[in-house]
Amino acid sequence: MDNLDTVVAEALTAVADADTLAALEAVRVGYLGKKGVLTALLQGLGTLAPEQRPAAGASINKAKVAVQEGIEARRRSLADADIERRLAAETIDVTLPGRNAEVGGLHPITQTLNRIQDFFVRVGYQVEEGPEIEDDYHNFEALNIPAHHPARAMHDTFYIDATHVLRTHTSPVQIRTLERQAPPVRIVCPGRVYRCDSDLTHTPMFHQVEGLVVDRDISFADLRGTVDQFLKAFFETDLPVRFRPSYFPFTEPSAEVDIQCTQCRGAGCRVCKQSGWLEVMGCGMVHPNVLANCGIDPENFTGFAFGMGVERLAMLRHGVGDLRLFFENDLRFLQQF
Amino acid sequence: MKFSKAWLLQHVDIEIATPDLVAGLTMAGLEVDGVEPAAPPFTNVVVGEIVAIEPHPDADQLRVCRVGAGGDAPVQVVCGAPNARLGLKAPFAQIGARLPGDLTIKAARLRGVESQGMLCSAAELGLSSDQAGLLELPADLRAGTDLRAALALDDEVIEVDLTPNRGDCLGVRGLAREVAAVMGAPLRDFPVAPVPATIADALPIRLNAAGACPRYAGRIIRAIDPEAKTPVWMLERLRRGGIRGIHPVVDVTNYVMLELGQPMHGFDLGRLHDTGIEVRHARSGETLTLLDGNVLELDDGCLVIADAQRTLALAGIMGGRGSGVDAQTRDVFLESAHFQPLAVAGKARQFGLHTDSSHRFERGVDPELPLRALERATALLLEITGGKPGPALVAEDNGALAAPGVIQLRGTRLAQQLRLDFAPARVKTMLASLGLELVEETPDHWQFRAPSWRFDLGIEADLIEEIARIHGYNNLPSATPVLAPEIGPSRQRDLAGIRAALVQRGYREVICYSFVPPEIAGLVTGGAPAIPVINPISAAMSVMRPSLWPGLLLALRHNLNRQQERVRLFETGLRFGGGPDGEQRMTLAGLITGNREPGGWANARDQVDFFALKGDVEALLAALGIGARVSGERGTHPALHPGQCLRLRDDGDATLGHLGLLSPVVARALDFDQPVFLFELALDRLPGAATAAFRSLSRFPAVRRDIAIVVPREVTAAAVLDTVKRASGESLTEARIFDVYHGEHIENNKKSIAIGLTFQDSSRTLEDSDVQSAEAAVLEALAAGFGARLRGE
Repeated sequence: MDNLDTVVAEALTAVADADTLAALEAVRVGYLGKKGVLTALLQGLGTLAPEQRPAAGASINKAKVAVQEGIEARRRSLADADIERRLAAETIDVTLPGRNAEVGGLHPITQTLNRIQDFFVRVGYQVEEGPEIEDDYHNFEALNIPAHHPARAMHDTFYIDATHVLRTHTSPVQIRTLERQAPPVRIVCPGRVYRCDSDLTHTPMFHQVEGLVVDRDISFADLRGTVDQFLKAFFETDLPVRFRPSYFPFTEPSAEVDIQCTQCRGAGCRVCKQSGWLEVMGCGMVHPNVLANCGIDPENFTGFAFGMGVERLAMLRHGVGDLRLFFENDLRFLQQF
Repeated sequence: MKFSKAWLLQHVDIEIATPDLVAGLTMAGLEVDGVEPAAPPFTNVVVGEIVAIEPHPDADQLRVCRVGAGGDAPVQVVCGAPNARLGLKAPFAQIGARLPGDLTIKAARLRGVESQGMLCSAAELGLSSDQAGLLELPADLRAGTDLRAALALDDEVIEVDLTPNRGDCLGVRGLAREVAAVMGAPLRDFPVAPVPATIADALPIRLNAAGACPRYAGRIIRAIDPEAKTPVWMLERLRRGGIRGIHPVVDVTNYVMLELGQPMHGFDLGRLHDTGIEVRHARSGETLTLLDGNVLELDDGCLVIADAQRTLALAGIMGGRGSGVDAQTRDVFLESAHFQPLAVAGKARQFGLHTDSSHRFERGVDPELPLRALERATALLLEITGGKPGPALVAEDNGALAAPGVIQLRGTRLAQQLRLDFAPARVKTMLASLGLELVEETPDHWQFRAPSWRFDLGIEADLIEEIARIHGYNNLPSATPVLAPEIGPSRQRDLAGIRAALVQRGYREVICYSFVPPEIAGLVTGGAPAIPVINPISAAMSVMRPSLWPGLLLALRHNLNRQQERVRLFETGLRFGGGPDGEQRMTLAGLITGNREPGGWANARDQVDFFALKGDVEALLAALGIGARVSGERGTHPALHPGQCLRLRDDGDATLGHLGLLSPVVARALDFDQPVFLFELALDRLPGAATAAFRSLSRFPAVRRDIAIVVPREVTAAAVLDTVKRASGESLTEARIFDVYHGEHIENNKKSIAIGLTFQDSSRTLEDSDVQSAEAAVLEALAAGFGARLRGE
């Protein structure tokens, strides 16, 4: 069967020469297809004597397997080369920026408010809100600030009419909540407040978060611990906190809370007016008159309240030097947060 | 309240460095606002005496003085001050002296005459702004004495920012009491002896408003020396207290006010009607002319001092013109009265006044002070001006003077509130140091009476605060409240979700003022009235926003003016309508302008349009799970283009908001030359998300058919889809518009809409015939409803 070896040799040469998958397929059809050379040889077995057939059949099958293997090997190598070519053709500059990746962002005051709220919500405080055009009773009277009380001079009030003001603090939300809900009450009240004052360090609108806990056996120690923990969490550092006696008509005892200056670490600088301390919130034990005004017996229930300026905390945390930037809404400012 | 440290230390026996005093005051609740030296640094300034004076040979304005300054011989000084005169003692800056403003005194020639130093005004030494002439020093100072020592200038001025409850500390004596208590230092005695009368003259005093003025002390002093000058030591203390010298009588009353805290007033007796004075409420229509010429129209809420002929003073606030003392005054009537806070509070502000007197009376003054202050002032005045004092006159209504009540303090309450057990002896010591008198003691409580000056103490909590203050707030225990865990509703999450959804779509949150310019509010609402603020900061912040759009549009303008071309903003907050008791509705609004996508090599460069904004709003509603509960229809809004305005509504047809293109009229008013698209949603009216109800998934294949129909241009997509859904039967699962076209091959007044219809049945594989009949039904309904025909037919 010299002829058969020649056929195989020719076939393998043709396989090697085929440089596309299509040419290879043509070679396969030429040898192994219905009318292929090797197929024809197998079909020619019938013309041989029966005793010759097994040996001849085995030889032809062997030749066929050799050609098939040759074709398969070639097919794999052609396919691999094809992938290589595609990979090269499809290579892109992966360092180009992605499509439309831009997202917006929250205002830094909202971010700060959320941050403050989250600390308290996590330990079980509810979030309460209230109206911004507030009546005189809720903004002042119920908070133990009667008409002509000198403390009213501390609030430069915007008036809407004789009995309505733009709320000067978030404290009226305390009253509205206590009027509605029996103790235990533990709430935080975020929101906009208004004072008729506008200069380098005052904007006529700003944000406060008020906190209130009323329950049996709430003490000044509880207030101190809560405020202290909050400030350390907010500023993410174990910074010194001090309480200073102060005065608010709706709390007694009352305190201002200072933190060690975040700028100079207490050494004294421009930000803290050389004192080493920064005032960050006011607080105190809820005045018995306030509880009584809301129908709560101050003998059975006590509580504490605290209030902080959100802009001030945001300025300290982010190093913003000018309060007014918060309300200019300049995208170059907002994009930094 | 500003005060001299040296003065304070005359009243309390303590040696203390200023920083320690500042810290002590601040931590006791008397916050120190600032400390300044009583005088800026200067050297080599001594008391000089003009021992000879003659005109300058070449200058009319200058004089050549010979100044004695303690040395062997007087030195020659050229001086231009108008009050330079023989015998005058004035500050003399010697050669080599360094003065404030980095000035060094050198020998000089002035118009050819040698000058060996400088005689100084108060301004040149940084003591005040008075530069009218030389600072006149008391004649009894010895020439050559160092000026800083002579005037005790090495002192500090401390300013405390007092809370309104501590009116008792609006005087050096009160501050000294407080310092003594909190620092544990002895308070020095400060006896004030009654001044014996040398004449019997009296002026009748009638209290006709005893509730407002329960005590009024006064005294006649005749024959004061009108030439007398207030001594420099007193002027210095006044200056350090922030008060200018005016006239010896006024200076003395001011001095006593700074010292004891009792505001006083000096009348010129010759100008009072001799039938006496009365304290009464003003009659309506009554007027009072103030010293500055201002005429006040009084009402019956005002308390006045009056005589038989006229109104003399607004009680406790300010004296009137024509009854006060001046350079001619010889006979004086001193007033030292107690006015109740409510009689004064608010009145000064009502007339735009704020005086040292009203400041104190509004906060409250010790009712026991008037007589003591009167005696003190009399003694000081006699020292300065001489004169003949009459008897102290006191009119009072003891019934109207509230006696200090007793305050109960329970040991258990104290321990509970401060979480600390105080020894009873300690409690008593602390409160005694503040002047509280122990009235009763039982095993479980005490009764204390507050001193007359601590009228702010009225309830148990006040005493607990005093104990906490003396003990030191920061020395008290700290704990955390034990809160029973409780699961409550959280309404905040909604807002967080809304914000997050918009941020994901490239919107940036802004916070705008709630008060806006009325003209922009008017543009946005079509002229509807907005709620005005009575006392706005400015006209541009004078009405409460009726919509969030004015603020957003102003923020947009700010950014467009700063070369930002692509802007996407949103805000949440209240908008205000209807009046003071009207609606305050939680609202969400946003706007977009510029390119649809941010600039980038791969990003689309087309501009935003109505559908870009609508897509954002639809995505937001979908994110909230309420996409199916909110629908939209063509609407109108004064701020929006009438052809590009969508009204959003709920199932019950209530308006939830609007979105669309900013009207060209508003855009022109705001100088926008690029299209701006806005939306606003009433967050408080949005329906709640329905809880998802599961529908089983079909195991059978879906079939899609696309149809393109031609309909008149005015037919809306919503109407077409509605008809499609109603006509197609149960098996339609989706109808989606995938193309809208008008132009070539379509008649002018028509458009083509291409719709993809997806059919699927949950129980069987749909047959061709099922789909065909559904499709036919759809086409038939569209033809009937809109005259629609298949495109190409």
